[in-house]
Amino acid sequence: MSNNKSYKLLQGNEACVEGALAAGMKFFAGYPITPSTEIAELSAQKLPKIGGRFIQMEDEIASMAAIIGGSLTGLKSMTATSGPGFSLMQENFGYACIAEIPCVVVNVQRAGPSTGLPTSPAQGEVMQAKWGTHGDHPVIALTPNSVQETYEMTIKAFNLAEKYRTPVILLMDETVGHMREKLTFKDESEIEIINRKKPTCAPEEYVAYRPEEDMIPPMASFGEGYRYHVTGLSHDETGFPTNNNKLAGEQVERLINKVEQNIDDFSYYDEYKMEDAEIVVLAFGGVSRSAMTAIDEMRENGIKVGMFRPITMWPVLEKQISAIADTAKEIYVAEMNYGQYFYEVDRIAGKKCPVKKIVKVTGELITPNEIIAAINGGK
Amino acid sequence: MFNKIEMRLSGSGGQGVILAAIIFADAALADGLNAIQTQSYGPEARGGASKAEVIISKDEIKYPKVTKNDILLALTQKSYDKYIASLDKDGILVVDESVNVNEDVPYKVYKLPIINTAINSIGTHMVSNIVSVGVLYALMGDGVISYDTMVSSISDRVPPTTIDKNIKAFEEGIKLIRG
Repeated sequence: MSNNKSYKLLQGNEACVEGALAAGMKFFAGYPITPSTEIAELSAQKLPKIGGRFIQMEDEIASMAAIIGGSLTGLKSMTATSGPGFSLMQENFGYACIAEIPCVVVNVQRAGPSTGLPTSPAQGEVMQAKWGTHGDHPVIALTPNSVQETYEMTIKAFNLAEKYRTPVILLMDETVGHMREKLTFKDESEIEIINRKKPTCAPEEYVAYRPEEDMIPPMASFGEGYRYHVTGLSHDETGFPTNNNKLAGEQVERLINKVEQNIDDFSYYDEYKMEDAEIVVLAFGGVSRSAMTAIDEMRENGIKVGMFRPITMWPVLEKQISAIADTAKEIYVAEMNYGQYFYEVDRIAGKKCPVKKIVKVTGELITPNEIIAAINGGK
Repeated sequence: MFNKIEMRLSGSGGQGVILAAIIFADAALADGLNAIQTQSYGPEARGGASKAEVIISKDEIKYPKVTKNDILLALTQKSYDKYIASLDKDGILVVDESVNVNEDVPYKVYKLPIINTAINSIGTHMVSNIVSVGVLYALMGDGVISYDTMVSSISDRVPPTTIDKNIKAFEEGIKLIRG
């Protein structure tokens, strides 16, 4: 294809790299794994051409560590993996949370557990995305459902990581990662780019982990003359470890609050034929595509059904889901796992209306007919 | 009147059916249509069953997989056996001449020397996928994608040194249908 077209036929994985580059990614460290490999492959091709760096690490533990280091030098950094690698990344993911390192972690979900079905889709890491690393910590996770949205949400993932100084997960699935459809590129002038806050004081006055009013400490890049200490231990404002229980507790609270109290800033979701919907399908990622087709068919038969699609998966969009439960007669949560997000939706909506599961763990996308059958059978 | 075509291209891993599907999707976009292309394959790089799907539509495509299979290409017996049940009764089956098929069926059957055309006319079995593209393009009917768009889509997607061979393969494929 010629390069001067404003669109391209691309895979979701390729769109992720295009989005990352548009957002300013300058460093990628990773270990290739199906079905995420194209993200590493394309990053390896493109980063050197723009003065960025790509490194293939020995495994995913090291990959996550490398992007933390990359980010500390001031470069916007990303890694990409699938289930088995995502498990290995968990320890250092927690490190990025407590050390407040902006970075983007892409998980293109495949069927598990363990090595499972490498080339088949799943959404089995919905809960792992939130609770995979130990200890209480903030998580922002975004789930796109198209090639176009993968591009746009990757840009947002970088922006949120930079803004809130926290790792952000782009929780894709094989369906979206490998499907090819049209990506319309945005002009640079249309793309909002957020960069991390940097210190304005002199290096000798810098207190690395002293938060400002927005709960976020300005972040100096290593190599710019600001000397500070980074650790996974609970630390005080200087960045050095502390055993002070009060400070340790305040730190965890601040880490969570800086993200969760700003949920309105990044509450991304989509609604489909919801105006008069009595039955609501809650679906995300690849499954939402099936849900829309199912809804089109059911609407032709006069069934008042619509879809709520969270794009922001974590923190959970409690306000929006609770509001749906005020008017819905029933909610179906459709997901390519054995029932995970269902429990979040049931927690929020279950006291107001019945919440039911549509699940599948065969390594295949839930079909529109399966959604229709589940809803018809539910009557 | 064309509104939507759902094609499934199947064969053995390495035969290039995914590339063939990509070429159709690329060309459809270039002609202002909607297109989506997906595939499924095993963990192995060569051999095994490989399946690519492409949906071309005037309307927005939501569910990305084929539901009403209008055209099925099967280059191997294994892929024919695996996917034939999904072909729509008003659909079109295209198989290589080496594949044994049930002839007592409601859909149209085209049993064609696809692989041998690639070998004999172009000199390599490697362009069997592009011969297939020519066959499928001819069967798809006029008014979906223009010939020129197909040629430029093929040229954009194959290795530069093989463009001429692949365009010839495409034309040989068309000839298998139109004579």
